[in-house]
Amino acid sequence: MNETIGAVLIGVGVAFDVLGCLGLVRLPDVYNRLQAATKCVTLGTCLILIGVAISAGGASAALTIKSLLCACFIVLTSPVGAHALARGAYRSGVRLCDGSVTDDYAGSETLARYRAGMDAAAADRAREHYDAETETT
Amino acid sequence: MIGIHSAILVALVACGFMCLYRIGRGPSAPDRVMAIDILGTLIVAFTALLGLVTGHDWYLSIALAWALLSFIAAIALAKYLEGRAFDE
Repeated sequence: MNETIGAVLIGVGVAFDVLGCLGLVRLPDVYNRLQAATKCVTLGTCLILIGVAISAGGASAALTIKSLLCACFIVLTSPVGAHALARGAYRSGVRLCDGSVTDDYAGSETLARYRAGMDAAAADRAREHYDAETETT
Repeated sequence: MIGIHSAILVALVACGFMCLYRIGRGPSAPDRVMAIDILGTLIVAFTALLGLVTGHDWYLSIALAWALLSFIAAIALAKYLEGRAFDE
């Protein structure tokens, strides 16, 4: 029984991993790839680790405890790393793909730079952005 | 059971090759960093499965250490891309 539940969880986890990696290969820009790959692979790996814990069951307590610990660690750290990477990519100037519709982060970034007094030209861009936004809403 | 597990291990290796494609091809540096991070997560899953198949629990110790190192590497490289130091 435990073996069956574990095998099902591992199979579903591998399916998520494969789909996430397909997204990593196929999607057009770094932000799309990041959101596809990170979410799918995090969930898939967690399902595999939980499946390993259930399959090992009574046979090996060390295997169960370590794999559950590993699953907790992946759940906590993987989104943090992905968020830091997305922010790093944006601030290092990676562009959005051509099909992108909106970039809500742009205005807040230029405004933050203007407030910090770092960039005088950013002030004009921020004002333009916010004027355009208040006109549309 | 061995048949299922070896098929799953082969699927994870295929995923790893997709990540390697993105690491080699990736147009920007964040692409490569992200693909390395994902590859690390896949290796954690692979190592856990190896531990289940062989019955050695020290494989899971490798998985834990790998997850830790891959997280630290991802954070450090993200800060580097942002142009800031690690403690900011």
